[in-house]
Amino acid sequence: MDKLIADLKKQIVDQLNLQDIKPEDIGDDEPLFVEGLGLDSIDALELIVLLQQHYKIKLESADDGPKVFRTVKTMAEYITAHQPKNV
Amino acid sequence: MPNIYITSSCVINDHVVYKNNKKVFENKHANLPEFLLAAYDNLEIKYPKFYKMDNLSKLGWLAAENLLKENFIKENYKPDDVGIVLSNANSSLDADLKYLETVKDFPSPSLFVYTLPNIVIGEICIKNNFKGENAFFVFEQFDANFIKQYVSNLVINNILQTCICGWVDVIGENYKAALFLIEKNSNPNATDFTTENINNIYQQHNG
Amino acid sequence: MNAEVYVAGVGIISAIGNNTAENLAALASEHAGMNEITYLDTFYRNKLPVAEVKLNNENLATLSGLSNNISRTALLSTIAAQEAINDAGIENFSSLRTGFISANSVGGMDKSENFFADFLADNKKGKLRNVINHECGSVTEITADKLGIKNYVSTISTACSSSANAIFFAARMIKHNMLDVVVAGGVDALTKFTLNGFNTLMILDQQYCKPFDENRKGLNLGEGAGYVVLVSERVAHSLKKEMYCRLSGYANANDAYHQTASSPDGTGSFLAMQNALKKSGLQPNDIDYINLHGTGTQNNDIAEGTAIARLFEGKYPKMSSTKSFTGHTLGACGGIEAAFSVLSIKHGIIYPNLRLQTPMKELPFVPEIKFLQNQKVNNVLSNSFGFGGNCSSLIFSKQ
Repeated sequence: MDKLIADLKKQIVDQLNLQDIKPEDIGDDEPLFVEGLGLDSIDALELIVLLQQHYKIKLESADDGPKVFRTVKTMAEYITAHQPKNV
Repeated sequence: MPNIYITSSCVINDHVVYKNNKKVFENKHANLPEFLLAAYDNLEIKYPKFYKMDNLSKLGWLAAENLLKENFIKENYKPDDVGIVLSNANSSLDADLKYLETVKDFPSPSLFVYTLPNIVIGEICIKNNFKGENAFFVFEQFDANFIKQYVSNLVINNILQTCICGWVDVIGENYKAALFLIEKNSNPNATDFTTENINNIYQQHNG
Repeated sequence: MNAEVYVAGVGIISAIGNNTAENLAALASEHAGMNEITYLDTFYRNKLPVAEVKLNNENLATLSGLSNNISRTALLSTIAAQEAINDAGIENFSSLRTGFISANSVGGMDKSENFFADFLADNKKGKLRNVINHECGSVTEITADKLGIKNYVSTISTACSSSANAIFFAARMIKHNMLDVVVAGGVDALTKFTLNGFNTLMILDQQYCKPFDENRKGLNLGEGAGYVVLVSERVAHSLKKEMYCRLSGYANANDAYHQTASSPDGTGSFLAMQNALKKSGLQPNDIDYINLHGTGTQNNDIAEGTAIARLFEGKYPKMSSTKSFTGHTLGACGGIEAAFSVLSIKHGIIYPNLRLQTPMKELPFVPEIKFLQNQKVNNVLSNSFGFGGNCSSLIFSKQ
């Protein structure tokens, strides 16, 4: 789980072009949207792409986004629970 | 007819930023993305959204920030009295092509949002809370006379009190931005808002 | 400066008909234009409904008198613009100062896509002919040449409010006595590019769209073209036919909130509607019908609805989103909906907002769900809002 969280932070910074933020600056439980990193709706869509690209996980409905993408930790938990078996 | 002035200008061309005809930044040994990033750092403004923009929006946004520096537009005007009228030749083709590249495997939503030319106007408005009339025209080449007539009409008829107008074009490594700030009140840097003066400022930096 | 601008003709091609009469018939019979993807070659076939014009490029080429290797965008544009000119019936057209101001957001993207597919497979193969007409401006030039309009030709590209902006730019040129007649509006053809892009934004409904419904899931993309012929007072009086109406108000504002999302309270929409009313000298309660932007996305409908609730407080005109028929035609929607607005005044009709079952709980009004005839329609407000925060409203008034 720790490795997954560290990987995710790096992928988030890359995917969302957060050039002024270092992966290690993102707290595991820090809110990603609005008050925390201040991400917006387009960033949420990029996170959906990130899940597909790196973890082969397809978020079926954008409505699940707020729950899954609340923090890096909730993302990691979702990935662990939905990891495709053949990977 | 009231007088209208160009109270500020910013031209970005050939890796140089000119403000009111004076060179304010230069970075010759860079590709376009590197140059845009360096010009952003030079402004010393913290605006993380900049990193996410496409090259057209970055270029237009940088030109607008330089143009507005020390002009107190936000302080002197109401949001809906400030408008933006831009034009270019290549629309959003630069972003269109980059988006198409991603469609092959994972289409990128953050690239897709830049596949319209007027998004650069949106970015400038969001940064400065400008809410007045805005328009984006696609021409084969810069048309100073059109800009002069169109913007004069907006300002004379009090649809806008001030307007940012001009040209922002990017395709690959080729680019040019030339923005003009138009107001009714003169200042020491001001010149009359005439086709000739617009063309002089635009062409001066075609080197 | 205070000269009036009249609407002398309209032309429409959309998923619900290839001309104005067919569009009106479909609106009256509540027949929507969405379907499985038939003409566009894409893997979204059978996955996403769209509102395609029901003709292939060969048929469109025949109708328009152009060659079928020209972009679908230019073919659609020429057909609707030609209908509008014929409808206006201006006998001395060629001796007047004429203009063509057209909007589009995709340009010749349909052809460029074919080029890139071939080119990426083998870089000697792509047909360069396909990219030459890519840029938005060349679509306008092709149509203007075909229509014989020479004095003034211009292309506006401000996303989904493009053609509303084209119409009010045209009105200004007439008011300033720079032109006598302007064909104004817009066009967009459905492309893989836009279908893919909107799908990426997750705002496409996989069923037929439900604008202003509590359970709306997004928009359906459509295609088409819509134009009005605007004429000066002098030309209007010289014509034998009765004018449709006047273009009495228009305004544009920027929402200054997000690249693609509207601000929650619809600041930009509010400013556009309020300033258009001011321009026309009308009060909110003078408006008899609002043709909503009404895309069917969560975000647009709540923002637009909130702005309307604030501006029309307590006294709501009839309103509907005709995108429930035509889908969202992007750069064309302001033109098509301007034409619908003009026809609403001319025939005293109000169009239904299809598939509206559960009204939005946040809003104090419900759009019209039935086709209404014999209505008093003197003033119509048409909204068009676009990405980049670009918000426009037009007002058409009976003379």
